[in-house]
Amino acid sequence: MSNPRPDGITPSQTVGPYFKYGLTPNGEYEWNDAFTNNLLTPDVSGERIRVEGKVYDGDGAVIPDCMLEIWQADSQGRFSDPQDKRALPNSSFKGFGRCGTDKSGGYAFDTIKPGVVPDADGKPQKPHIALAVFARGMLLHLYTRIYFDDEAGNAADSVLALVPADRRATLIAKRKAAAGGVYTFDVHLQGDNETVFFDV
Amino acid sequence: MTLIYPVASNSVHPARLSPAYRSAFKRAPQKPLIPMRHTLSELTGPVYGHETVREHDNDLTIQAKGEPLGERIIVHGHVLDEDGRGVPNTLVELWQANACGRYIHVVDQHPAPLDPNFTGAGRTQSDAEGYYKFITIKPGAYPWGNHHNAWRPAHIHFSVFGHSFVSRLVTQMYFPGDPLFPFDPIFNSVTDAKARARMISSFDLDNTKPEWALCYRFDIVLRGRNATPMETK
Repeated sequence: MSNPRPDGITPSQTVGPYFKYGLTPNGEYEWNDAFTNNLLTPDVSGERIRVEGKVYDGDGAVIPDCMLEIWQADSQGRFSDPQDKRALPNSSFKGFGRCGTDKSGGYAFDTIKPGVVPDADGKPQKPHIALAVFARGMLLHLYTRIYFDDEAGNAADSVLALVPADRRATLIAKRKAAAGGVYTFDVHLQGDNETVFFDV
Repeated sequence: MTLIYPVASNSVHPARLSPAYRSAFKRAPQKPLIPMRHTLSELTGPVYGHETVREHDNDLTIQAKGEPLGERIIVHGHVLDEDGRGVPNTLVELWQANACGRYIHVVDQHPAPLDPNFTGAGRTQSDAEGYYKFITIKPGAYPWGNHHNAWRPAHIHFSVFGHSFVSRLVTQMYFPGDPLFPFDPIFNSVTDAKARARMISSFDLDNTKPEWALCYRFDIVLRGRNATPMETK
């Protein structure tokens, strides 16, 4: 099939308030989930973690109609994608998760701590998870990253180093001391604690 | 070799804050986004879907015991990148209102009837050439309270992945000739007329099925794949 070169890409539109049936049924509707918030597979290696938090708007109100998607490497820093030539077929771990927020704006992902991925110059990046945020009111989804507060040397990460020091904390999930493997990461779309979003 | 996703392609997308779209006021970031060079985290992406796509998930008219009410239509096209290459084996998800303009969603209180035989959700995977096809019901317009007498033009929501996490796209397909276009802040959040036109499907008489359904063509063009390959370490 040959196609003429298109005259440009298709513009983005909001996911709207009613995406739940199509994208995040999660047992609430009779439609099988394509993806869930649990990325764990029986054979996956690495530290099992949970990342949880809430999504807030500019008034500090929770957002109950938000959808979050994460994309991450496995514990050895490899992506489940044929484009990543380093990937080894040793796990069914996919590295992609999707979650809708609940009535209190809350979300959670069960996954593993990702490994080290090279940056654009081939230098190691600190472990991170890519996060996309979709919601009514957002005409184009937002892209950000989740780093981890128990990783030493986050400030040396080439992407985190682009962020003004006083805003870096918005990208760093905090480990709950009392609960092993559980990290807290809130998303603020606006306001004093506005999460850093990247132009990618 | 890997693929390059030019940031300039993003200029067709709506501004984060489009003043007429009231829901954006408290949800658009106020601080500037930070540009970054793409790493493997951005250049890779989920391209699977075959595990979850069932054979008839792309036919929204046979999911229930009875046939849904409304105008049966065929919606098909290609998922392409901006160089015109088909994007193969990518998951295409859609959701929409029924023929009366009502979503099967607890929050949708528009007093139009629900159709017990129509759920409004479908999915498929593009083939090796990027081709996809759905059979569904033409959705109705519905009021949405953004401003006095606000009605959304009929539309179908689409979600596609493409080759990488930065080619991820959620958009809406509109129908040609809709009289509501000039009044819709979401459609008009795309300020370039040519770019807006790319969200409108075309009536496809050649692929209309006689005595059965009209057909609309909607090609979804994703960002990416500059012609120049880039060597990576």
